[in-house]
Amino acid sequence: MAYRTHVGALDSYEKGVIELDDDLRKYAFSNIFEVAGAAAPFERVAVVQNLDYVAEVMRVEGDSPWFAAPHDEFATVMDGEVVFHFVKLEDGQKPGHEGGAAQLGAKPNGAVMGKVTARRGHQVLLPEGAAYQLVSAKPAVALIQTVDGPVTVKRWSDICTLA
Amino acid sequence: MDVLDKGIEKLGTDPDTGYASFRLGSFTFRRDEYFAHVSWPKGSQIIEIDRFLRAMVRDIGWGFFYGWIFFDDIFGTTNHYGTVDIFAGSYDRGCKDAGIDLLETFPAETVAHAFETISRDWISEGYDPLNAPLETGSPIGPKGKERTDPLLRAFIAADRMLGLEDDKAVRSDATGHPINRAFADMAFDAPEIECEPGFEGQLHAINLFDHIARSDVTWNPSISAVTRANICCVTSEEHMLPVIHGNDRNEWFIQLSDEIHWNIADKNTGAPRGRVVMKAGDVCAMPADIRHQGFAPKRAMLMVMENGTPGLETRYASGELKPYPVDFS
Repeated sequence: MAYRTHVGALDSYEKGVIELDDDLRKYAFSNIFEVAGAAAPFERVAVVQNLDYVAEVMRVEGDSPWFAAPHDEFATVMDGEVVFHFVKLEDGQKPGHEGGAAQLGAKPNGAVMGKVTARRGHQVLLPEGAAYQLVSAKPAVALIQTVDGPVTVKRWSDICTLA
Repeated sequence: MDVLDKGIEKLGTDPDTGYASFRLGSFTFRRDEYFAHVSWPKGSQIIEIDRFLRAMVRDIGWGFFYGWIFFDDIFGTTNHYGTVDIFAGSYDRGCKDAGIDLLETFPAETVAHAFETISRDWISEGYDPLNAPLETGSPIGPKGKERTDPLLRAFIAADRMLGLEDDKAVRSDATGHPINRAFADMAFDAPEIECEPGFEGQLHAINLFDHIARSDVTWNPSISAVTRANICCVTSEEHMLPVIHGNDRNEWFIQLSDEIHWNIADKNTGAPRGRVVMKAGDVCAMPADIRHQGFAPKRAMLMVMENGTPGLETRYASGELKPYPVDFS
């Protein structure tokens, strides 16, 4: 038997259903592509919150600002192709905040580490000690595993199915 | 909480089926051709053997996982991270009202050894409970030749990220993991990593979908990436989760492909609350006060985000932390 695998995309997804005799806010049911479709480019919209930890959806369209975090983060590309550029941070440039990504004012002037080109299903290390920028000529979607931070956007009432 | 210092005892062998029966604490375990029978002083429970073995092997493989593992509505285990409860009827209103429930606590290694001993005796060649039903034989019937290969396939747990030097490897043809038949229609390519001189090995990426598509087990997650205690698990799911999982913390499901249907019930009573059907791209929290069981009509890719912070289970159990993850105010 031949199987057909269904994956979602910005312009082609079908949201599931939640039918519960319970307060639906407890389940925070959303869809990555729906969230990305309504987001401004490079907003980091939380779709997962586990106390201090989050997963953020990012619509990647054009050249992002530069970001850095005081820990490893991981980006999984869910649609499109994204080029991740990396610059090594000098000791004095490393972020001093507790956790999560911070947006930098400009490209840091450290050494260029290289780049990773990733497509749907690829998981990319955003290493501690490096700044990174995401670039995509066409709209793409990334899911970023990180810590609740200064640029994490929360609009749960807008993104979640509540009735 | 008293911890019983009693290991598993073999009680005898059924002359007709060839299967051994066992005792652990006050619980006895025997099987016939179709069913497992669990008995305790005031009650007993019958569980279809395929489901029983699928649950038992995963329970050991997961290290008793987070919180409650219900083999069915009556029988199961609770992980206290060092000790494990075995219970019968303790979270079933009927059994509780009738006063026939039983819960006993053992060292975790005692339960792991007991469950492996039972599984080893009750599983014959040709049947692998970690495989999807379409990919293995049947456990019904009398005892056949015992398997000699490991019953458990390793839970792959990356320390930082799969595929990094000195970390766990991603699955590949070379590791003996071909693409599963259910994902044969997908194209898998590799990310392009271009490091400047001096930074070799410091940039890293993998095809996560390829890794999941090569999993030869179902409902058996592996850790792909870790941010502090934020753990990204990935797994391929087909047919039904052979246990009902009751959370001791909040966890999150992210549907990467296809769809999974989740039945949701109250954790303490088992009273149904409804269902969630997750399709590709959907994200849903599983609160700390529910039990859930998944059904995947076609093999599907699932990402699970767990918070592995030590001691969370007691903070949720005490009410210090709310049993749901998001504050909408």
